[in-house]
Amino acid sequence: MSLTGKTAAELGALLAAGEVSAVEVAQAHLDRIAEVDGRVHAFLHVGAESALEQARSVDARRAAGEELGPLAGVPIAHKDVFTTVDMPTTAGSKILEGYRPPYDATVTTRLREAGLVILGKTNLDEFAMGSSTENSAYGPTCNPWDLGRIPGGSSGGSSAAVASYQAPLSTGTDTGGSIRQPAAVTGIVGMKPTYGGSSRYGLIAFASSLDTPGPFARNVLDAALLHEAFSGHDVMDSTSIHAAVPPVVEAARQGDIAGLRVGVVKEFAGEGYQRGVLARFQEAVDLLESLGAKVVELSCPSFTYALPAYYLIAPSEASSNLARFDGMRYGLRVGDDGTRSAEEVMALTRAAGFGPEVKRRIMLGTYALSSGYYDAYYGSAQKVRTLIARDFEAAFHQVDVLVSPTTPTTAFPIGERADDPMAMYLADLCTIPANLAGNAAISVPCGLADEDGLPVGLQIMAPVLGDDRCYRVGAAVEKALRDRWGGPLLKEAPAL
Amino acid sequence: MTTTRTAMPYDEALERFEPVLGLETHVELGTASKMFCGCPTAFGAPPNTHVCPVCLALPGALPVANDKAIESTIRIGLALNCTIAEWCRMARKNYFYPDMPKNYQISQYDEPLCTDGYLDVEVDGKTVRIEIERVHLEEDTGKSTHVGGATGRIQGADYSIVDYNRAGIPLVEIVTKPVPGTDRLAPEVAKAYVTELRELMRALGVSDVRMEEGSLRCDVNVSLMPRGSSEWGTRTETKNVNSLRSVERAVRGEIERQAAILADGGRIVQETRHFHEDTGVTTSGRSKEEAQDYRYFPEPDLLPIAPSPEWVEELRAGLPELPSLRRRRLQDEWGVSDLDMAAMHNAGAIELVEATVGQGVPAADARKWWMGELARRANESGTPLAELPITPEQIARVVELVASGALNDKLARQVLEGVLAGEGTPDEVVEARGLRIVSDEGELSSIIDQVLAANADAVEKVRSGKIAAAGALVGGVMKASRGKADAARARELILEKLGVSG
Repeated sequence: MSLTGKTAAELGALLAAGEVSAVEVAQAHLDRIAEVDGRVHAFLHVGAESALEQARSVDARRAAGEELGPLAGVPIAHKDVFTTVDMPTTAGSKILEGYRPPYDATVTTRLREAGLVILGKTNLDEFAMGSSTENSAYGPTCNPWDLGRIPGGSSGGSSAAVASYQAPLSTGTDTGGSIRQPAAVTGIVGMKPTYGGSSRYGLIAFASSLDTPGPFARNVLDAALLHEAFSGHDVMDSTSIHAAVPPVVEAARQGDIAGLRVGVVKEFAGEGYQRGVLARFQEAVDLLESLGAKVVELSCPSFTYALPAYYLIAPSEASSNLARFDGMRYGLRVGDDGTRSAEEVMALTRAAGFGPEVKRRIMLGTYALSSGYYDAYYGSAQKVRTLIARDFEAAFHQVDVLVSPTTPTTAFPIGERADDPMAMYLADLCTIPANLAGNAAISVPCGLADEDGLPVGLQIMAPVLGDDRCYRVGAAVEKALRDRWGGPLLKEAPAL
Repeated sequence: MTTTRTAMPYDEALERFEPVLGLETHVELGTASKMFCGCPTAFGAPPNTHVCPVCLALPGALPVANDKAIESTIRIGLALNCTIAEWCRMARKNYFYPDMPKNYQISQYDEPLCTDGYLDVEVDGKTVRIEIERVHLEEDTGKSTHVGGATGRIQGADYSIVDYNRAGIPLVEIVTKPVPGTDRLAPEVAKAYVTELRELMRALGVSDVRMEEGSLRCDVNVSLMPRGSSEWGTRTETKNVNSLRSVERAVRGEIERQAAILADGGRIVQETRHFHEDTGVTTSGRSKEEAQDYRYFPEPDLLPIAPSPEWVEELRAGLPELPSLRRRRLQDEWGVSDLDMAAMHNAGAIELVEATVGQGVPAADARKWWMGELARRANESGTPLAELPITPEQIARVVELVASGALNDKLARQVLEGVLAGEGTPDEVVEARGLRIVSDEGELSSIIDQVLAANADAVEKVRSGKIAAAGALVGGVMKASRGKADAARARELILEKLGVSG
């Protein structure tokens, strides 16, 4: 098998054994990018030179006998919402076109420290607002399973890069499902860690109380290795948790679920759910039972209000977080011709620099925080958030994990929902509750929908700091399904 | 820009109206680093050198709260007799302005760290209790300079430049409740409050409270109500009040301005006004009638602040002696009157006298020099007493020289003059100017002989029993010796030589 077909763990082993060099591995992936990314458009920026430079440095360190981590020399695609000193960072927005940050995000720093070779920066919905990457100012990314369909979003460039073998690993951020939904619709693994489990420093903020960096990979173990590499407390992020990273790699290696109590959330089914999605989900539940898990159905009634609460809280925070993009200190500046006031330049810059979805959310959030509306909107949404956390808490008294389909439907065609924000927002129906409560949740592939032959994801939700449970259950499902399928789901994807 | 309308004379204004005050004071904390990042806070660095991704609000940067600033705020709250919140949050105050990098200020809204306190101030021998509404913690903005306009304000400027060194410096806001009942003492009460607050901050060691550098800034709210009314009038908020004297002037000026408008049947506009240091008048700023909506919400990038009761008690126990109590103690120790103590307080002499007494000088002597000769000098040159180029140690040395008989008061004043003129230490000045008292009996005796010979009339009067006339002879000796004679000894010798007993 070619180097690009290998998993991160396999590449790590080959590199450690000296059977391949990091430069060879990086070059193989750069060649793959050159071959297919013209069609996929996963990358906004490919840093061939800096990638090879990092690869050479890893090879040199290894040659010098340095002890390196399990992912040293393994390539990675990095979501373009994390700052990088050696590559532009745009957050998918015109307002940051060509912006070069003077500092690395903590996640970036930890990737570098782990010896991961950053191939480039991946496409995303502008400021991570969206479920399809169609909101990128730089054009959409295509789903490797069907180039006419969306790869999910907002981390669609990262999911597509991994699903099309341009990188074995990628980073994403999940605010309302932006890792799990793209993973589900491209047939790969995507994990949203516990909120605060991974640092937000240098992650360009969308909604501060929800944003969570997490990994993409083609299998559960690789995701766990990457999760471990960049997670853990960071003094630069006050909301990062003072706790050891849960034993995710060990859990991914074990994958034993005998006696595990699994809860099926009653609210995540019915109208709006694609038939093939529900069929694959039911099979996954049956599979868990056959592997020795005890499955019960339970109700989380407040989850019904998660979507509207999310669309008040996230835009409210965004309206404030995005205020800094005013053309005064960096990024785009429009109308500064010596006659206009600072206020006018700010307004012109923001009018030209932000896309329609970003403007929509800034307006939504500004309205929700306005005096006289605050209690009814932002205040109520925060109460819903508390109720959702209580529902989770009650559920986790009865079960160890909760499961649901990751998304109600498979990947939809590019353009289908672009003019219908409400339809677009429904893509995150099942993923949002875990964001509002800060829980850990993963999406693993669970088959193809009969009606369109496109991937379906199984979402496994665990309590706060129960990230290892996601990996344990994910690994068990992955192993059983691969045995059934005779290999990974991705082998069903059309060759690019 | 609208300038002040006619003002009603203060006395008349007070006959017809009763003022209600409110004061909002901002104190920049003297922490080593900024509120949410590691940048230094030192004043006066070249523009935009104390900045980093966090205080410039670069994409992705996050705040981390400065624990020392939280501690200082709690100590201020305790010193102001406030209740300390067991749990509270920072909040974002959203508005666009180029000197605020994030376009929101991290502040506190409905959950301030300290609430419901008071500060007692003395005015005219009367204690006035100023109730404190809240003390909260926030971050400072950058500093805008508007270039090219006539007023130095943004309206009419050609362009503006911004220095972000100040952006993110921890700022404590202290807000009083409305202060009614100060009557005609309103300006003095306002000044006394800010003065007392400033001393409190110094005693706590939380800020250098330099009004001229902006590390203590005061907004003065004033409203008037007609005598006999109990319904408060519309208030204005005067900003840019940069000295203690200006606090007093701003209150007085605003009372006079509002009284003139109200007496004309006019209406006070709720607005921000700007105080002009040079003219003492205020001009209209932003109207507050259409209140800006700051869309406050709890800051999601920071954890709540939850000071444990044990820690708060530890901080309370560690508070220094507060200025008013200290003044009372010193007054007792020094045995001075209320009036003298108030005079020393107003002249900024208390620390200096205390330090001089600390050098072993009797309190009366220390007070005499600082409040006499030196206060006069400071007044003449318009310098604060503490900034005269002379130290309590040097005063102590002068007092010692007087006590030992090496100097008299007149010579001592010349020594002080020399020290102030930069001629060196007291001993060096005595040496260089040759100011030691003439204690050589032979020399003194010959000076006396010359004086007696030249003043036959006075000599005759003394001989005939008019001993008081000896004063003129002593004066003559002092003059002839250019003040260096020991006057008491000279008198003894004169009487001895003339054969009369004193």
